[in-house]
Amino acid sequence: METKAIISIKNLSKSFGDNEVLKDVNLTVNKGEDLVILGRSGSGKSVTIKCLVGLVEADKGEILVFDTDVTKLKDNELNEIRSRIGFMFQNGALYDSMSVRQNLAFTLKHHTKEVSDEEIEKQIIEALESVGLEDAIDKMPAELSGGMRKRIALARTLIIQPEIILYDEPTSGLDSITSREISELILSVQKKYKTSSIIITHDMACAKLTGNRIMILNEGVIHAEGTYSELEKSTDEWVRSFFI
Amino acid sequence: MHTYLKNIFEDTGKVTLFTGRFFKEIIKPPFQINEFIRQCYAIGYKSLPLVSITGFIMGLVLTIQSRPTMIQFGAESWLPSMVSLSLVREIAPVITALICAGKIASGIGAELGSMKVTEQIDAMEVSAINPYKYLVVTRILATTLMIPILVLYADLIGVFGGYIGFNVRGSMSMFAYFSEVIEHLDFIDFIPAVIKTFFFGFFIGLIGCYKGFNASSGTASVGIAANEAVVAASLSIFILDMLAVQITDLFF
Ligand SMILES: Nc1ncnc2c1ncn2[C@@H]1O[C@H](COP(=O)(O)OP(=O)(O)OP(=O)(O)O)[C@@H](O)[C@H]1O
Ligand SMILES: [Mg+2]
Repeated sequence: METKAIISIKNLSKSFGDNEVLKDVNLTVNKGEDLVILGRSGSGKSVTIKCLVGLVEADKGEILVFDTDVTKLKDNELNEIRSRIGFMFQNGALYDSMSVRQNLAFTLKHHTKEVSDEEIEKQIIEALESVGLEDAIDKMPAELSGGMRKRIALARTLIIQPEIILYDEPTSGLDSITSREISELILSVQKKYKTSSIIITHDMACAKLTGNRIMILNEGVIHAEGTYSELEKSTDEWVRSFFI
Repeated sequence: MHTYLKNIFEDTGKVTLFTGRFFKEIIKPPFQINEFIRQCYAIGYKSLPLVSITGFIMGLVLTIQSRPTMIQFGAESWLPSMVSLSLVREIAPVITALICAGKIASGIGAELGSMKVTEQIDAMEVSAINPYKYLVVTRILATTLMIPILVLYADLIGVFGGYIGFNVRGSMSMFAYFSEVIEHLDFIDFIPAVIKTFFFGFFIGLIGCYKGFNASSGTASVGIAANEAVVAASLSIFILDMLAVQITDLFF
């Protein structure tokens, strides 16, 4: 596999007031690689990927995405980078006032200029089929179950065909069968489109299946790093606790 | 006291920046025409029933209440023109704006607040959609345009309410009543009243958006944003009205 870093974070620190969330985090994601980040609730996983897309401003450090430092960009340059990144929010963040179809169309229309209505419709159906929810196309987000919202959010992330995808707990709150389907979908997207991803998860089955490499974050510091089988054999008490 | 003052200054600064951003974004394409029209519909059309009822009652009650006094002065025939003048100049603009502050500013505050809290605004941002432009600019424009229209409509309904109120005790044909009203209403009565309603509308939209857009995380803050939006918008209407009266007094 080509080992060119597509995301590279160096000495990233971030505090909210007195709360030091990230302390000198370093991580890289190579092209075509899926990196899994594990960590207890509140350890700063979501904040890390929000820094990556400039939703949260870093206090210190360098964040290289496609070899550009996103902390130093102007708005329009940042938008350029953002349009090549898919971000799946922890709680879906579907637009409440729009139907499922409008949610996808809105995202797609603002992403690719001058695309015909038929083309949009076709891509919407395709994206919904890939998450197995083509029946929900005319539903409003409020009418969907938690797991369905999650899958629609995934479809909305995939529809712009991003080069990098950041998944924030894609399988939390799903039954084990659906979780597995989603994990397999993530894997197949990686294979098919050669995307690079960061996957935040608590679901070890998902981590095992999708992660080429795993990183464990503990109170804003990277505690351990390695492949699933390496970490599984770790003698570190704390690392082992994830694998029980 | 110290932190209280600090908060006021901080808030003023933030609102000023927020307003500045509005004027910066409004001239930059692309324009979100569809969303603007949708907001005009939601803000203007959906407020019609409320404005109709309050407008009608204002005219009706004002006429019935003023009648005894006017009769004492032997000026019953002035009743239509007096009522319509106070409606057009003061009562319809302020009451309609207050009603809209309650309905629209709180609605915008709650809607944007919940979008903020559930990360929908963040989701727009990472999709390279400018949420300020899409959500804020369209709403402020819509309120600035719709409130004056609603107020003019309330004027009309109010005068009609006055006509019904007049005919509770007296009798006058609709035509006679309206010609009486129009005869005593000058164009000059309208202008300051209309101008100030644009400002009312602007501030209703601005405050609703500001409070919603800056909601902190957690569902409780949605309620707080809506509530603060109503209070601040209502207060600003009174302050603006006071300023408007002073300025009108200077020029007209
Ligand atoms: N916008 C914010 N303002 C203030 N504090 C924040 C903000 N966002 C996150 N935090 C704080 O940062 C810390 C890490 O939050 P983060 O959302 O990254 O956790 P997480 O690792 O994703 O946890 P979970 O698994 O529960 O999602 C928490 O202590 C949280 O309180
Ligand atoms: Mg999180």
